[in-house]
Amino acid sequence: MALDQSFVGRSYPPTDPYEVGREKIREFAEAVGDTNPAYLDPEAAKALGHSDVIAPPTFVFAISFKAAGQVIADPQLGLDYSRVVHGDQKFAYTRPVRAGDRLTVTSTIEAIKSMAGNEIVDIRGEVHDEAGEHVVTAWTKLVARGADSEEGEA
Amino acid sequence: MTAKIGYDEVEVGVELPAQTFPVTRATLVQYAGASGDFNPIHWNEKFAKEVGLPDVIAHGMFTMAEAIRVVTDWTGDPAAVVEYGVRFTKPVVVPNDDQGATIEVSGKVAAKLDDNKVRVDLTVKSAGQKVLGMSRAVVQLG
Repeated sequence: MALDQSFVGRSYPPTDPYEVGREKIREFAEAVGDTNPAYLDPEAAKALGHSDVIAPPTFVFAISFKAAGQVIADPQLGLDYSRVVHGDQKFAYTRPVRAGDRLTVTSTIEAIKSMAGNEIVDIRGEVHDEAGEHVVTAWTKLVARGADSEEGEA
Repeated sequence: MTAKIGYDEVEVGVELPAQTFPVTRATLVQYAGASGDFNPIHWNEKFAKEVGLPDVIAHGMFTMAEAIRVVTDWTGDPAAVVEYGVRFTKPVVVPNDDQGATIEVSGKVAAKLDDNKVRVDLTVKSAGQKVLGMSRAVVQLG
């Protein structure tokens, strides 16, 4: 069943703040095997002009995708999450995420399309810091595979 | 932001140092914990096969995280990455053995943009197949 086009443009309330910790950044950097000192050593980060350690570029996805859960779980939208795979992901940064940030995410449905039996939902997550300044925008394309489709990946 | 590469030093076509990243089942468990993505297709072979996958596959976001390292290792300061996007086209299949899989990443400067920015196009492969499409970063150089 086609998703309701009237959901395009709908925004969800901002999430409660997520506080970015140095050790969470370290844990993530270690999990991807990245020893860039900007992620691990506050002094090295400061030498690059950052006030504290910064997070790897894709770190923020854990926060933005959790926020997108509001869209995915919206019973009125009716997305079948058991059939959803991650199609595309994009980030645009005003500045890197850094330790000490308290980040909120506002999710908006940018587009809903039907293609080849699949339902495609584009979600934009605007990530702001405690001062209300923009940090990063995350665009996530979710593809709910039709019954006949084999494409895609989670 | 203090990229160690200067805009005037690079031309279109310049290749970034290519890298190969190993990924085993243990890597995926560690990434699941760090990222909070506990989808069983990334650690449970039985479940993965039941939903039609050949085997356990890597998190798409793990592959995305590895691919950008070719850019952040090049610039030194990861904050030089001002835009980054990918399309997940094929899964990285990770067998349950000591070898696991490898993710091979190469990149080149595809365009010089305004304000000392360049666009880097990444080629990301595993087992000889492209696993990411449209993998591009906009990078602020010095």
